[in-house]
Amino acid sequence: MRTRHSTLAYELFIAPFADFDFMRRALVATLALALGAAPIGVFLMLRRMSLMGDAMAHAVLPGAAVGFLVAGLNLFAMTLGGLVAGLVVALLAGAIARTTNLKEDASLAAFFLVSLALGVALVSARGSNIDLLHFLFGNVLGLTRATVLLIAAISTCSLGLLALIWRPLVLECVDPGFLRSVSRTGAPVHIAFLALVVLNLVAAFQALGTLLSVGLMMLPAITARFWTRDITVMILFAVGGGVLSGYLGLLLSFHNGLAAGPSIILVAGALYLGSVLSGSVGGVLRRLVPKPHLEA
Amino acid sequence: MTTQLRFRNLTLGYDRHPAVHHLDGAVEAGALVAVVGPNGAGKSTLFKGIIGLITPLAGRVELNGLKRHEIAYLPQVADIDRSFPIGVYDMVAMGLWHATGLFGGINAKARRRIHEAIAAVGLTGFEDRPIETLSGGQMQRVLFARLLLQDARLIVLDEPFNAVDAKTITDLCALVQRWHGEQRTVLAALHDLDLVRANFPQALLLARTPVAWGATRDVLTPENLLRARQMCEAFDTRAEACRADAA
Repeated sequence: MRTRHSTLAYELFIAPFADFDFMRRALVATLALALGAAPIGVFLMLRRMSLMGDAMAHAVLPGAAVGFLVAGLNLFAMTLGGLVAGLVVALLAGAIARTTNLKEDASLAAFFLVSLALGVALVSARGSNIDLLHFLFGNVLGLTRATVLLIAAISTCSLGLLALIWRPLVLECVDPGFLRSVSRTGAPVHIAFLALVVLNLVAAFQALGTLLSVGLMMLPAITARFWTRDITVMILFAVGGGVLSGYLGLLLSFHNGLAAGPSIILVAGALYLGSVLSGSVGGVLRRLVPKPHLEA
Repeated sequence: MTTQLRFRNLTLGYDRHPAVHHLDGAVEAGALVAVVGPNGAGKSTLFKGIIGLITPLAGRVELNGLKRHEIAYLPQVADIDRSFPIGVYDMVAMGLWHATGLFGGINAKARRRIHEAIAAVGLTGFEDRPIETLSGGQMQRVLFARLLLQDARLIVLDEPFNAVDAKTITDLCALVQRWHGEQRTVLAALHDLDLVRANFPQALLLARTPVAWGATRDVLTPENLLRARQMCEAFDTRAEACRADAA
């Protein structure tokens, strides 16, 4: 009996990864993505820039598409193109916000629509519909070893750079006026942060495509907001949520024959909905069924 | 007496519209000056000009060799994201920015200073409280604790007592007096004239242009205050270029 149970558990939770290389690679890639992207997502959320990640994810597409046109499905050409395009759009949107009356979110909205259209047009000029699908939704089960290494490298650099700019970044979020009054690091730190966003989106683009790459960045971060009031703990929760989403999402996809990328994001979405309902910090149930108030 | 701060024909503003217009004058080292004036008189703008957040449209501010880290600035509370998940201790510890920089550790001595600053503003026991759970007055105490750690020669307070109860004002005013006693130069924008008369030896009455500047009792006269009210809020989208410099 006991062995049958443990065999079943093994078949359900471990065998897919033990038996198939592509599942292992997908798992490693999503774990690395969660480690790198979730902390960035927490800062995006806290700075009320949650939708900006989405806009920048779209901006990666035309750059990757140019790389594809030039060199075909070459990992480094596409990555480089995506990085350049993402950074250019991020900086341009900021520059336009500073030099005109347009707010940054408005110029980003303009950029992301143009980027998406341009990217799809470029890909369709040379690629098939399958290529286009991969550009839009990624191909997490088809990652090569080199791609997984690239994602892991980006994740490592991202964590290192985040540690480097941690103090001024936190300060710029909570009290930008104070940071400006004590130091000139505000602008470089902001640019480094935007670079981190782009870097992680380019990594996620390989696995989840333009349209879903921001999912592992934002959903776990937003979910974590419902469980803690401390930023360090929030980041740990976000990373944990991202890791869990990647693992459960891949299992969901494997056992039910669903597309892998969307499955991962759906699990992250389910965790989010569960937290909206039952989260200990501002969750719906906590508000609907309040505990008796305290003495002091 | 040495001069800590000198304004030379200083004009500050936004989009060429002056918010502070042709200000001349000096603040002595160790002075305690209240900056008074109606809303829109240019108090906040003047402060931003002093600490270098905005560049003058004309003229200049001379800081007499003060370095950036020797100036502490308390902005209006509205600039702070109160929902950010950070605790009182960390918020106060930011005052050590100059000493620690990006990576410097916070050693036992620094920790003691942080606890002393928190105690000085009466918030002992609040160290771990998230700032979003603080009342307005408690938040202001946190910011004063941070100012204490900055150990600055020039302290600029932008409406520090807005929406703060009498007890908190009394406690925080005592800190301002302590800074005054330590020969630090303090500028504070204030609306409560009785408070200014009781605590600030000098006052600058501002209504875009300076109306009066000097000993508080000479500045805060009914005539001056009336003039200040009438002079303010003259923003005009069709205003012509100022000719004072040409004349």
